Amino acid sequence: MSTSGSENHTNYLNDGYGVKSWLLTTDHKRIAILYMISITLFFMIGGFFALVIRLTLLSPNGTLVSADTYNKMFTMHGVTMIFFFLIPSIPAVLGNFLVPMMIGARDLAFPKLNLLSWYIYVLGGIFTLSAMVLGGVDTGWTFYTPLSSGYSHTNVVPTVIGVFIVGFSSILTGLNFIVTIHKMRAPGLTWFRLPLFIWAHYATSVIQVLGTPVIAVTLALVGFERITGVGIFDPNIGGDPILFQHLFWFYSHPAVYIMVLPSMGIVSEVVTCFSQRKLFGYRQMAFASMAIAVFGFLVWGHHMFVSGQSVYAGMAFSALSFLVAIPSAVKVFNWTATLYKGTIRFNTPMLYAFGFIGLFTIGGLTGIVLATLPVDVHVHDTYFVIAHFHYIMVGGAVMGYMAGLHFWWPKITGKLYPEGLAKFSALTLFVGFNLTFFPQFILGYLGMPRRYHIYPPEFQVLNVLSTAGASILGLGYIIPFFYFMWSLRKGKVAGNNPWNAKGLEWLTPSPPPTFNFDKTPVVTEEAYAYPEEDLAGG
Amino acid sequence: MDNEQLTHETRSFVAHQFDDLEQQKEAGTLGMWAFLATEILFFGGMFMAYFVYRFSYPQVFAAASQYMDVALGGVNTGVLLVSSLTMALAVHAAQEGKRKQIILFLIITMVFGTVFLVIKGVEYHHKFVEHLVPGFDFHYEGAEPGKSEIYFILYFIMTGFHALHLIIGIGVLTVIAVMTARGRFTKEYYTPVEISGLYWHFIDIVWIFLYPLLYLIHVHK
Repeated sequence: MSTSGSENHTNYLNDGYGVKSWLLTTDHKRIAILYMISITLFFMIGGFFALVIRLTLLSPNGTLVSADTYNKMFTMHGVTMIFFFLIPSIPAVLGNFLVPMMIGARDLAFPKLNLLSWYIYVLGGIFTLSAMVLGGVDTGWTFYTPLSSGYSHTNVVPTVIGVFIVGFSSILTGLNFIVTIHKMRAPGLTWFRLPLFIWAHYATSVIQVLGTPVIAVTLALVGFERITGVGIFDPNIGGDPILFQHLFWFYSHPAVYIMVLPSMGIVSEVVTCFSQRKLFGYRQMAFASMAIAVFGFLVWGHHMFVSGQSVYAGMAFSALSFLVAIPSAVKVFNWTATLYKGTIRFNTPMLYAFGFIGLFTIGGLTGIVLATLPVDVHVHDTYFVIAHFHYIMVGGAVMGYMAGLHFWWPKITGKLYPEGLAKFSALTLFVGFNLTFFPQFILGYLGMPRRYHIYPPEFQVLNVLSTAGASILGLGYIIPFFYFMWSLRKGKVAGNNPWNAKGLEWLTPSPPPTFNFDKTPVVTEEAYAYPEEDLAGG
Repeated sequence: MDNEQLTHETRSFVAHQFDDLEQQKEAGTLGMWAFLATEILFFGGMFMAYFVYRFSYPQVFAAASQYMDVALGGVNTGVLLVSSLTMALAVHAAQEGKRKQIILFLIITMVFGTVFLVIKGVEYHHKFVEHLVPGFDFHYEGAEPGKSEIYFILYFIMTGFHALHLIIGIGVLTVIAVMTARGRFTKEYYTPVEISGLYWHFIDIVWIFLYPLLYLIHVHK
């Protein structure tokens, strides 16, 4: 292990201290930090709404907040968490920091555009936050028409303007990554030598660039409809509300893969490092990422089985949805196979990666249940769906984000987090998560619908369990927040490569210098070329 | 830094993150194509809505399209096509490093763009006077006023977003013209001129679809 990176070398953190040096920076690493702070803020806001939801559901009578307030709470929870936390989380923070470093570049292809995308994010955030402060919005994060376009009396317009704006931040990040990955790889770094984190971000970027504009224009149409009072989706004058759902899910289903693909990339990095193994089936993994991105665009109709789309469309979408299971399963099997005969270390990132694999598998298998047309008719709009997508988004995407945050924290800050406490909180998070969401599968199967603030008394036990789990889950998020802060001052100096990991980002000092590498690295080996090479096949 | 090896003249054109001019050119061009892909999907959402309603209510759309001013729309089509030609000439001038010609053709292109917007504004004004703007005292004489209103709101949103793109395009060309005047481009490096041209042609192509779909559904009564 090299410890040549002393605390005092010039790096991106001590290269200027003023507010201006941060707010006008074009350094991808500093922009990543700006994003990290902003998405953490939105995570807390979204978490607060979740808290109110869970506390309300402690009692079957919905005593804490009124039905109207409850509607606003779950809407704002969804809007905040999806558009302002999950979608930017890994790409804009870890992707921003690591994509140039992993490919041996000095920065992204368009550094100013990168900074602009953060400002666009902030502007979108301001609109949406002001909508919340002015009284909130109650349409559900899906903004279904005609509720959103006509009947809701809440702040739909500022909210959709916020989501419209923030979409462009996501598009510009994706565009920057695509160009960077195509054009700025270090000498010798061919496509099939790229870390899977890069492949995952490439696939994600394609979705961001091709999907996001569709939801932007769709929400713009909803906005126009509200402002002029004339509806493109208004059935009173011959408009078609189902069209809105088609356009909405054309983006919002692939958006799930924007959230989970980068996590998969992180898991590939972590699993190989902490088992010191070459990844099993590298090429299949790369193609699987691309396949998920492509199939992801063909399955949106499975959200609309009971919305009035044709039965034949439903059958086609059902069949296509099953296809996504194939590349997803390839990934799970390959991670597991990578562990075989590995030298496994149970560091915190590895615990989170294991958490990801297990929870994503449960989320994925229940996804197959939901993609099955006749079963979905039974459990549609119940807590079964809520549990399923939280297993994917929290169990999958957020677990991956936590894995990545711990894995690269020493690189980002130059300091180690306290391992023991981190392992404890990873465990807390895992237990809390399952206790929160597993009961919701049962609740949904028994018929508890989503989006109601009251429920029959026989569901109370499971709801109390879920709320208890949520408080443990909350603790699992609060502890890392504090020890990360603590580690900035008191953490042990990390050195260049504390995990003995492969990858260009570990060759440079921690924290990295402003232009990442003193000399552009030349790549001569495959990704994950960990020493022992006795594994046949791959 | 690798940049140190580059000669002084080329260095001033190469941004710090790139190794050489070639890489910078390729990145800029690919970036613009990726952006145009986003743009296609952005307009694609609106075209999707158009096609759904056009196929649901073909007669209503044909009847409502009678209120379009085919002549003004036709003139505008010509104006935009010529502007694409002058834009291409600006890029050609850039290839040959003729600074004054670049600026001249960029200005002509912007003038055509402005003429388009003015004519579009006149058309919008006519619609306003005829009470055909949805949401602003909309009053339609023909059959099925509700469904016709969908046609008109699609007309305004689609042409409105197109006009917005054109305004942004004129802004972009202004910046490019100023950069040209300041000597930021040479025969070897004129990628910003070229990719602004791509954007301009894209705006033109969108109109090439909008004009027949909105104006020429059923020209002869």
